[in-house]
Amino acid sequence: MPGRIQSIERAAAILRLLSGRSRRLGVAELAGELGLPKGTVHGILRTLQIVGFVEQDNDSGKYQLGAALLHMGSSYLDGNELRTRALNWADALATQSGESVRIGTLHENQVLIVHHVFRPDDSRQALEVGSLVPVHATALGKALLAHHRYLAAEVAAKALPSYTPGTVTDAYRLRRELDEVSERGWAGEVEELYQGVASIAAPIDDRRRVIVGAMGISGPVERMCEQRRPKAELVRYVIEGARAVSRELGAIPW
Amino acid sequence: MRTRSGRYVASIDQGTASSRCLVFDDRARIVSVAQKEHRHHFPRPGWVEHDPQEIWGNVLTVVAQALEKADLSPSELCALGITNQRETTVLWERRTGAPVHNAINWEDTRTDQLCRRLSREFGQERFRAKTGLPVATYFSGPKVRWLLDHVPGLRERADEGKVLFGTIDSWLIWNLCGRHVTDVTNASRTLLMNLHTLSWDDELLDMIGVPRAMLPEIRPSSEIYGEAGDALAGVPVASVLGDQHAALVGQTCFNPGEAKCTYGTGSFLLLNTGERPVTSDSGLLTTLGYQLGAGRPTYALEGSIAITGALVQWFRDNIGLIGSAPEIETLAATVQDNGGCYFVPAFSGLFAPHWRSDARGVIAGLTGYINKGHLARAVLEATAWQTLEVVEAMNADYGSRLAELRVDGGMTANNLLMQFLADVLDVPVMRPIVAETVSLGAAYAAGLAVGFWPDMSALKRNWHKAAEWLPTMDRAARDKNYRKWKKAVARTVDWIDEDD
Repeated sequence: MPGRIQSIERAAAILRLLSGRSRRLGVAELAGELGLPKGTVHGILRTLQIVGFVEQDNDSGKYQLGAALLHMGSSYLDGNELRTRALNWADALATQSGESVRIGTLHENQVLIVHHVFRPDDSRQALEVGSLVPVHATALGKALLAHHRYLAAEVAAKALPSYTPGTVTDAYRLRRELDEVSERGWAGEVEELYQGVASIAAPIDDRRRVIVGAMGISGPVERMCEQRRPKAELVRYVIEGARAVSRELGAIPW
Repeated sequence: MRTRSGRYVASIDQGTASSRCLVFDDRARIVSVAQKEHRHHFPRPGWVEHDPQEIWGNVLTVVAQALEKADLSPSELCALGITNQRETTVLWERRTGAPVHNAINWEDTRTDQLCRRLSREFGQERFRAKTGLPVATYFSGPKVRWLLDHVPGLRERADEGKVLFGTIDSWLIWNLCGRHVTDVTNASRTLLMNLHTLSWDDELLDMIGVPRAMLPEIRPSSEIYGEAGDALAGVPVASVLGDQHAALVGQTCFNPGEAKCTYGTGSFLLLNTGERPVTSDSGLLTTLGYQLGAGRPTYALEGSIAITGALVQWFRDNIGLIGSAPEIETLAATVQDNGGCYFVPAFSGLFAPHWRSDARGVIAGLTGYINKGHLARAVLEATAWQTLEVVEAMNADYGSRLAELRVDGGMTANNLLMQFLADVLDVPVMRPIVAETVSLGAAYAAGLAVGFWPDMSALKRNWHKAAEWLPTMDRAARDKNYRKWKKAVARTVDWIDEDD
């Protein structure tokens, strides 16, 4: 198509990758993600560094968004900011589904729980905000991994710990599942982290169409599933809830 | 017994910054929300006004929008409830319904001199004994007097009942149903109503200089006042509650000893004290909780903390160390504790329980070790310590200790703050699943009046815990921290001089 400048498109793609994560990326990782030669990526990064859009971390040599870009108002979404914006919708999801709700973001190869709403039955529960859960064994994790495939590959390359007989420990199986998750827009987990517990989650994206987190519900298998598959009605509530949060963050509703 | 077949209740929440309409179903779930902000006018420093017609227009708009979003017609509403920013004062012509002046906001301080004069002339105690309130610029009575003194020809017309006074609720009901009424909670913020008789008090009217002819009829908070005309064709207007009182109802604090704190720009702690008004020796306000139906009213003790969320906004806008309010938590989380520094935000003096208008803000305990994380932490902790001071005053006045605190409002999204609050108060802190307790309270009161909900137990059953924070701080650490906080507070007073 005439009029499109390839190096700018590639620079934009690099910035998008750097803005969707909570960690830094090296040349090899970026090149791998974009399917470009390392030299090409390195050249673009150098220019981005000069204009201040990208900074290099001295210790690791990896790249992150630079101050100049952050000051333009496009800093990554702070977990506390996400919680504040999602509060009403998370409450509504808990009321609608009758189950506990959690919102998570990616944090160093795990899911950080940034918000937790109790199951609305006034039973004794402990607030899990701040806890970390595995990416491959939770619906929240899978919803996030499906949109961060490089991280998924990295996670799968190491041994995947098993928590129950149902935990996905095989890299190939995980990849296939993530394909499904990304296609249908939601992730499920049935007795893969705790026996007797199932969860459903959907991704949350923001104004830049970057996946900034995931929201999901979690409860006993008997209530959450029908014939070991998450109930369609509950899946719908979760998808709608995540969509509502995305709309709140400025993503164009789809 | 339901007189209408509607399955929903709508709540108008006319607040300081905006007007909102929320529609609820019978399980207290929010079906739709519409919101519209209105302008603040600042004709002079310390003066804050609104245009009453703009507010009325916005209310109609948000009601229409909320119905439209939910694809509902007014006939599907069982009732309409009203909750409002308290104390803000409106005066209008009886015949035409036209306002004679902008509404004077509760934050407006033009009545400062008048209040001091009233205090000198009659003594604070006389007002407090009858109304439970100190003579302060917040309250409507002095604002009415100011208008009567400063708008030419107004006093004569007011004496004849040609000009009417109302807080925002009365203004809205006048426009909705053509009736001039208010409820006990709003009336209790005027300095003109006797707390014990729940009626306008001749002595108070005389001292403040406001004619009875311009006052609305005082009614319970939950009752059918009339039917909304025009676009809302016949929907019963069935509740009126000042916003903090509505939150008490929304949190279903129906038993004596139950308390809620709403954490917003400023925060308000209300404790249900049952059927008797409790005098405060600690600088708290004795006020109405609510009056649902024709039964006995429920009283409350109120402690207001002027600067809580506003401090975070100041930190964001004036100091610029954070880009958004939620980021305060991120910044505060970069350190383990306050590093020994304490922030007492006495921006306009100290309020409950100290009431020192000569105090101004202080950050104490600074050393070369302190960084922006510690400052952010101190900003958040200020809210918790101020809450503790109010709770201790309440425990002393009421005669028994608070067992748990129900919270609501924007700042409950801040986990660090909520946990610290539980640590400092040493009681469980819990947040309900419906965060919109103010609107919900008005909806509950309206629903009760029309039989949409049968009784208060049904409302209690709708209350579910969304989160709970349990105390974890050890006694010694807490006591030491509190001691330092009190030292910081002591350093705020005696700042303002005569010539300031």
